[in-house]
Amino acid sequence: MADVALHPNRVPATKATRRRNGLHNALRRKSTVAFLMTLPLILLVAAFVIYPALYSLHLATLNKSMTKFIGLGNFEFLFKRDTFWLVVKQSCIFAISAVIFKALIGFIVAHFVHNVPANKQRRWRGMLLVPWVIPPAMSTLAWLWLFDPSYSAFNYTLSFFGIGPIPWTGDANWARFSVILVNVWYGAPFFMIMYLAALKSVPEQLYEAAAIDGANWWQRIWYVTLPMMRNIIAITTLFSLIVTFANFDIVRILTAGGPLDHTHIFATWAFRVGIEGSDIPLGASVSLFMVPILAVAAIFILRDISKRGNEA
Amino acid sequence: MAEVSLRKVVKRYDEVEAVRGIDLDIADHEFVVLVGPSGCGKSTTLRMIAGLEDISDGDITIGGDIVNDVPPKDRDIAMVFQNYALYPHMTVAENMSFGLRLKHYPKAEIKSRVTEAARMLDITDLIDRKPKQLSGGQRQRVAMGRAIVRNPKVFLFDEPLSNLDAKLRVQMRIEIKKVHQKVRTTTVYVTHDQVEAMTLADRVVVMNHGRIEQIGAPNELYHKPATRFVASFIGSPAMNFMPCRLEDVDGRLHLRLTDRLAFPVPPARSARYQAVPRTERLLLGIRPEHIAEARPHLHPGVEPFEAVLDVTEPMGMETLVYFTLEDTPICGRVNPNAGAQDGAPLRLAVDLNNMHLLNEVTGVVL
Repeated sequence: MADVALHPNRVPATKATRRRNGLHNALRRKSTVAFLMTLPLILLVAAFVIYPALYSLHLATLNKSMTKFIGLGNFEFLFKRDTFWLVVKQSCIFAISAVIFKALIGFIVAHFVHNVPANKQRRWRGMLLVPWVIPPAMSTLAWLWLFDPSYSAFNYTLSFFGIGPIPWTGDANWARFSVILVNVWYGAPFFMIMYLAALKSVPEQLYEAAAIDGANWWQRIWYVTLPMMRNIIAITTLFSLIVTFANFDIVRILTAGGPLDHTHIFATWAFRVGIEGSDIPLGASVSLFMVPILAVAAIFILRDISKRGNEA
Repeated sequence: MAEVSLRKVVKRYDEVEAVRGIDLDIADHEFVVLVGPSGCGKSTTLRMIAGLEDISDGDITIGGDIVNDVPPKDRDIAMVFQNYALYPHMTVAENMSFGLRLKHYPKAEIKSRVTEAARMLDITDLIDRKPKQLSGGQRQRVAMGRAIVRNPKVFLFDEPLSNLDAKLRVQMRIEIKKVHQKVRTTTVYVTHDQVEAMTLADRVVVMNHGRIEQIGAPNELYHKPATRFVASFIGSPAMNFMPCRLEDVDGRLHLRLTDRLAFPVPPARSARYQAVPRTERLLLGIRPEHIAEARPHLHPGVEPFEAVLDVTEPMGMETLVYFTLEDTPICGRVNPNAGAQDGAPLRLAVDLNNMHLLNEVTGVVL
């Protein structure tokens, strides 16, 4: 009331205006507005991520005909199957080796592109990104023809050198190699573009300072480039690890898990068991098994990033 | 430690010539400052000494050896960059010792050198911090520490104080001077700030358009500039230039500024200007401090005149006065008690004993 006394011409606020002010104030709080504006996205995430996740948890606890709750029965069944452990092993080999090669090739290619003069760099960047922008289902079909045992370009070319024919998709180890090769071919450009962006953000003067300090090119990479890129490398690796681990299309089209399940990874085997084998609860259990493995990797990598987050 | 010399050094970028043939000899222990406006080629020259830029033509020698094709790491130099260029993932101690560690110095020696440099720069308490946790001035000290521990033949500074605020800049300027007095390493320092150049240098090299305009001790450049560029670049506020010509009145040489204003040339200067054609278009160069309030008893060569002041700027210990002479803006420095007021007339005096006479076309000081 003090301000009324000071301003005799002012009429005290009515209840209605006060209520409007309440709404007004609530809107003026940044957090409220921010929440309201992100609400549609939160709803979308809830509808398309949280609901299916909870639903698959529910599915994994049902019997084959989805009529009875059997608790952890599906998991108990999986643990006793040799094929399941084969899939676990293959998924890890596939994801880890593919990510390592993607990162390595992406890093090397990024360096080459970084050293291309600026006016020609766009062209190279565009061309090198092509594998990544073609839908993998289509490009894998092309690889399938290249890998054909009798009529393919690969075996034909190798025959001139007296090599082969190589059973690219017929032999267990060659099939694993082929699947990884195609995945590396498809995923390396993503690493290349991420690393290129990271390389561009390293101040030139750090390299100059290192050059004056006496570092050779390898020491400059080891002591300047890699530490400066560590966060990007970690995030890209984590992201790629998740995507590669959950890969479906390349394996499905190239080998369909064969020969004799020796290239199955979680997603393709879940599809085989759940859709083709008509045991949806078991398929859901297989795919759920990816969660703890990836969660552990994510925790390790993200913890490392947040530890050094404030450094640069 | 070593002397550095440049022989007809040229740097070409495609079509642009950034440095157009520089000759410069820097003695052992000397502190040389390259100064000039941006784009004058001073940083390029420094980077060529460092080996960060190839030289298109000419020779650079450090300690008597031609280093044209020697990579930076083998030139035994240390450089301090404008943005410090500290490695963000290393602590202060690691930053400072990086060069020594690469050269596999013994651990004890590295530690003692780092400790010594940290003590000299007063950063002992910061030794375990990362660059992110340091202020601009502290980072600058670390960058200097990184140069000092290497104990190189030559220090190179590339505008090291440009990123600091005015107060810190003055402070660090003194620090740099102190460090040089202690370690006596040959130093090449690049700046666009003429005050830094004047205060730090044993010798200043003024550059413009890729060429050296003048080399000399700070006072020499200030009092005996060779060209209009040097005269106007060194000193703040800048030197005044007034169009004028010479004429003979009653057998004495006079300097005619306007139809109504002419001053006799001091006898000491007359002989020097006698040979200049009377029709030549000239410029009178006079520093603001040589235009002061007129005193009752004027010394010989100090000529009084009256001017209506446009603007006055009280600086405390002096007042800057601005007026125009035939559309030429002039700045003078008067005593704060001289009664200078905006828009009011003031009786001033110009000290022609300190005048410079320039050829208006060539800009050369006569």
